[in-house]
Amino acid sequence: MKDFLRVAWIVMRKDFTVEMRSREIVYTTVFFAASCVLVFAFALVREGRPLEDAAAGILWIAIAFAGTLGLGRTFERERHTETLRALMLAPSDRPAIYVGKLLGMLALLAVVEAVLVPMVGLLFHAPFLASPFWMLALLATGTLGFASVGTLFAAMLVRARSRDVLLPVLLYPITIPVIIAGVRGTAALLQSTPDEPMARFWTALLIFFDVVFVTLSLWTFEPLMTES
Amino acid sequence: MRRAGRGAGTAGVSFDFDRVVVDDVSRHFGRRKALNRISLTCRAGEIVGLLGPNGAGKSTLLSILSTLVAPSTGKVLYGDRTADDGGPALRARLGLLGHDLYLYPELTARENLVFFARLFGLRETSSLVTEALTRANLADRADDAVSGFSRGMRQRLALERALLHQPRLLLLDEPFTGLDDASGQALVARLKGLRDRGSIVIVATHDLDLAEGLLDRLVVLRNGRLLPVAPSSASLRDRYRDTIQAVAPNASTTDGQRGAP
Repeated sequence: MKDFLRVAWIVMRKDFTVEMRSREIVYTTVFFAASCVLVFAFALVREGRPLEDAAAGILWIAIAFAGTLGLGRTFERERHTETLRALMLAPSDRPAIYVGKLLGMLALLAVVEAVLVPMVGLLFHAPFLASPFWMLALLATGTLGFASVGTLFAAMLVRARSRDVLLPVLLYPITIPVIIAGVRGTAALLQSTPDEPMARFWTALLIFFDVVFVTLSLWTFEPLMTES
Repeated sequence: MRRAGRGAGTAGVSFDFDRVVVDDVSRHFGRRKALNRISLTCRAGEIVGLLGPNGAGKSTLLSILSTLVAPSTGKVLYGDRTADDGGPALRARLGLLGHDLYLYPELTARENLVFFARLFGLRETSSLVTEALTRANLADRADDAVSGFSRGMRQRLALERALLHQPRLLLLDEPFTGLDDASGQALVARLKGLRDRGSIVIVATHDLDLAEGLLDRLVVLRNGRLLPVAPSSASLRDRYRDTIQAVAPNASTTDGQRGAP
């Protein structure tokens, strides 16, 4: 277990160092997410009044779109240099590589969300800080659910010719339950009186999805990554 | 030879083998047969040359030996264990230098080697990496990003990456690409040193001049099949040419050898 976590940490730290050198993925992902929110703001805010209940959906759509872009770029970098093969040759359990890449993805999405949440809050008059603990819990569990499946699929598709098209086509149907739970839970917190029991219910559901998705991803990563 | 205490740390599991047996291995990509019933044995202290025209299946065979690609049929034995049995402990004894060099261009030469050394659980990482950079003649560029390196410099660095953990089985795909004469000769000397210390080295190359005198055994592939190599004292280039010209396109034999190397 110690070796597993050590390798995951090394991979995540490498991804972080590489990204700090180029800043390519973080800039493009944040810019793309912010653009999405702005477009929705232009469409759904009339005379300073946003469409009711739109904020939660827009937040999660922007997270999903930006996450897909980030996933594609992260693994494109490994594909371009074929370094994913070198990672697969490491003398550790291969799922440790998956966990390392997943941690890197979560860190990226945390940065994106740190920009998105206040932006959506401002443009759509959404009180995200009314119930900060449950908001954070929903974001954390929802992001983990989305990124766990996304990391697996992005790694799996790294050698596919149509990977840019296939990733969203495969990812969105599978992660729809996560997005729905995230949207409903967030919407419950954005009401004039935050509905915390409802947010707790959706968070519990997201935790269930997380356990299922992470377990399945760890289980299938090695066979999927061996070119059979 | 690396000093004791620097070896690959794979949760304390050790795995050693003195031969690699490719047993009736075929590999299909869709309808295309990249390898067709290949059987081959490589022993410790041996440098095996894998020659053949482009598309013969050399890189596919190296990928299978490296455990990255599974054979469609047949099996590869490392000692008496398969890749599935060996797992991480086996990978700790494999080194691969592929067409692509498996280096991160954004990182410096030192950072690349440190990353892979840590990934392999090596100890004394700092001194190990400094020695490797010196051997690669990159000590003065150690803190430069790899993206600014020439192909030859990257090749030397990638070779050190593949050798950091002192693999038992070293798989090299076109290792002389981009190397100048001096670097090529240094690589030849390095590979002979590895052989003398009991490693199994398999080299796929088109550089017959540098491979001359390096190889203990010649294996020739064409269209995914092994061709029989006749024993001869002729030059490597002549033996290769004769093998390619003498045999019908679909010929194959076990081990690709008619007799002595």
